[in-house]
Amino acid sequence: MAELYNELSQSPAHGAVVTFTGLVREMASGELTHLTLEHYPGMTEAALQDIAEQAMSRWPLGEVIVIHRIGRLALNENIVFVGVASGHRKQAFEAAEFLMDYLKTRAPFWKKEHTHEGEEWVAAKQSDKTAAQRW
Amino acid sequence: MKVLFFAMLRERLGCAEIMLEQPEPTTVAKVLEQLKSHSQEWRTALENQELLAAVNQSFVSFDAIVQKGDELAFFPPVTGG
Repeated sequence: MAELYNELSQSPAHGAVVTFTGLVREMASGELTHLTLEHYPGMTEAALQDIAEQAMSRWPLGEVIVIHRIGRLALNENIVFVGVASGHRKQAFEAAEFLMDYLKTRAPFWKKEHTHEGEEWVAAKQSDKTAAQRW
Repeated sequence: MKVLFFAMLRERLGCAEIMLEQPEPTTVAKVLEQLKSHSQEWRTALENQELLAAVNQSFVSFDAIVQKGDELAFFPPVTGG
């Protein structure tokens, strides 16, 4: 994480750095053992690249970093990291939010929750779809 | 053309990848109809589900054209992030 922050804060022209990290959280029932993250090899990388490029074309950004992990993840592990550097904080906050809203609706990943009883695919949320539509 | 399935759809079909003979260009919707006729199990898995499609690794609408040599994928709404 420190290296990521260092990379984002390299340029003296960009005085604003915003980062977001998403972690594996507990289920309401408190029974999660782990998550598995499936992805579409090839399309996933292309989608993340495209989302980052869209952010760079909408806001004047310096560095943009998007990292998403795949495979088996334990409780409290990092799933996703988004970081942006910009001249000013408004652009940095907005771009980071945009990156997350788009990543949640346009990047081919699928989460599966595992408990001792079994496993279930996470359902897509309408609130994520709505959030992405406002950009 | 190659057709890929992901996540819950892949599990319900019991299939991750299938090769389809498709000499003529057609639409994503028509390919989906063809897949539904594969078996009753496949019809159930593919019908009345919210499905997304990609051709050559880009999202497309269901009226998009697909042709020989393309890579087509069907999957449930994404849940990353």
